[in-house]
Amino acid sequence: MADYTEMWKSLGIDIENHNALLAGLGQAYTDIFLSQKNRPEGMKYFDFVMSEVHGLRIKEIVDSKAQGRKVIGSYCVFVPEELVLAVDGVAVGLCAGAELGFEAAEALLPRNTCSLIKSMFGFKLGKLCPYVESCDVIVGENTCDGKKKAYEIFRPLVKDLYVMDLPQTKSETGRLVLKEEYRKFIAKLEKESGKKVTVHSLKKGIEIVNAKRKAMIRLAALRAADPAPISGLDALLINQVFFHDDPVRFTDSVNKLCDELEQRVKDHKGVFPKGTTRIIVSGCPMAVPNWKLPMLIETSNAVIVGEESCVGERGTRWLTEIKGNTVEELLDAITDRYFNVDCAVFTPNPSRVNYVKEMAKKLHADGVIHYSLQFCQPYIIESGQVEKELEKSHIPTLRLETDYSQEDAGQLKTRIEAFNERLKRK
Amino acid sequence: MRYAGIDIGSRTVKLAVIEDGRLVLSRKSITSHNPLGIAHELMEGVEYDRVTATGYGRHLIKGHLDCPVVSEITAFVRGSRFFSEDCESILDIGGQDTKAISLDKDGNLCKFEMNDRCAAGTGRFLEVMATVLGFTLEEFSLAALSAKRAEKINSMCTVFAESEVVSLVTQGADRNEVALGIHKAIISRAAGLLKRVAPSGKIFFAGGVALNGCARSLLEQETGRPVFVPPDPQIVGAVGAALVASENI
Repeated sequence: MADYTEMWKSLGIDIENHNALLAGLGQAYTDIFLSQKNRPEGMKYFDFVMSEVHGLRIKEIVDSKAQGRKVIGSYCVFVPEELVLAVDGVAVGLCAGAELGFEAAEALLPRNTCSLIKSMFGFKLGKLCPYVESCDVIVGENTCDGKKKAYEIFRPLVKDLYVMDLPQTKSETGRLVLKEEYRKFIAKLEKESGKKVTVHSLKKGIEIVNAKRKAMIRLAALRAADPAPISGLDALLINQVFFHDDPVRFTDSVNKLCDELEQRVKDHKGVFPKGTTRIIVSGCPMAVPNWKLPMLIETSNAVIVGEESCVGERGTRWLTEIKGNTVEELLDAITDRYFNVDCAVFTPNPSRVNYVKEMAKKLHADGVIHYSLQFCQPYIIESGQVEKELEKSHIPTLRLETDYSQEDAGQLKTRIEAFNERLKRK
Repeated sequence: MRYAGIDIGSRTVKLAVIEDGRLVLSRKSITSHNPLGIAHELMEGVEYDRVTATGYGRHLIKGHLDCPVVSEITAFVRGSRFFSEDCESILDIGGQDTKAISLDKDGNLCKFEMNDRCAAGTGRFLEVMATVLGFTLEEFSLAALSAKRAEKINSMCTVFAESEVVSLVTQGADRNEVALGIHKAIISRAAGLLKRVAPSGKIFFAGGVALNGCARSLLEQETGRPVFVPPDPQIVGAVGAALVASENI
């Protein structure tokens, strides 16, 4: 990797701690990802992206800024990248997947706050995330109570926090709220960028993001094969890179990888032997570099064949229908697309569990592991209903609750192994 | 053929050997700081054809014995059926964790739940509380059984409960009633865990805490279900691992 110290300094990064973070991350990546067997060639691109995650990609972003493009950061799949692209902006998903700066975060937040929120504060307070520091605007969103109250405390810490309201029911009024929030967001983007959202620019934005999601849908479908052509860890990584890579180059790389995977499927080649226990992980998002649970699962004689998560199919499975010839009509189409997202903040939320069932069938899964972050009320509370409903449909389910620390790895492993033993006996 | 199972728990290491479907040997020892050394000591002079490891130290010993491993959950499922042919609900309260397990009619694992990551409401919790009250474990159970009423213990965290108990004692509460309160607290928590997983039928009670007479009778009272305790409730996991060893070909 080239020397990016000057660039990081100019962004206000804490160089010493950031170096330690990169060293730790590099080691974890080697241990968890590079040690896997039978990886597809196409993963090399993503290995490269990860090796330059705070380097080359940040340089690209900084260069884009110099050309007058605005950088818009966000923490949630409800923030439409299409709109950001329509004003020629750069959309980046922000890091919130590591137990870093938690002490500083706990000075501002209660200890009983989920790891994702603490991490969002930790990266900012520790000056450890060049993405956060590159942002012209950071978009918050009123999803869960934890996040919505935390943004109040986050506001003075960043240059420009823009909070988007979100509905909590899939009702006509709920849809209206979402549409009006997106309209306000367009106004904010236009003001920041000095550019107008036009039918042409919006269609182009939708096309780029649709192509990216289509590639992910293609990847998801290929994992139905037995043996699985790609590991769950690698697929999760691609879902994580989805949020911060250049969208066009990313799409191209995923499609190339899928070409290779198609060949693998034809040749009956895979990462684990045919007949390996197949698991779907459902629940909270896993932001970079949160790889703990998939690593434990895939080192316990099982393979993950799908993620029902924001960093997974919940973020990628719908496309925006390009219909209409006015910005208003396209805004409707975008609203329709995002209104499908079945996050547990919605009540009731039956489409989520129905989709897990559908995934289990499509992907020939043996069981579902429900993953909740500790203190994430919406998912923890919903998990009971999800488990009941899945077991009723004869889909064995294991509920796990954890955080970003490593101290419970042993306990988790015991539960995962026992669950796999249950599945094998079927 | 002789099949051995070794269960490296957080507080005790257990060894069981099975031959012709009969339990021919069992040994146990406190885990201490050196579980591997203790395991080797236990296995000294023991003859067996195959061995399987279970318990939290199973992966530790796997490399040393070059043996297969099985999770504690499956080991308990198998072990319980060795002692009780129709067992469908297991409650295991061990040194540092509590497990509730349900089985189907054929003895396959259905559902299980375990306590959270800390030792709240486990055998270790009882040990600490007995020490705080100045009892040995045997005295502790008898003292609790002799009490007519129980002091209410609110905290399940070992650290918080210790201060709660200390403050009750300094307020002049009866030692035996505090002892009963502690037993009630852990059994009511464990019964709640069991209810979620296996809500009816006979309970197979295993783990070190099943040796405690007060815990046994409270479990019966709390659940209104019959409770079965095997002759040595601590070796169920080791017996289960030995049975798994007999199947791994």
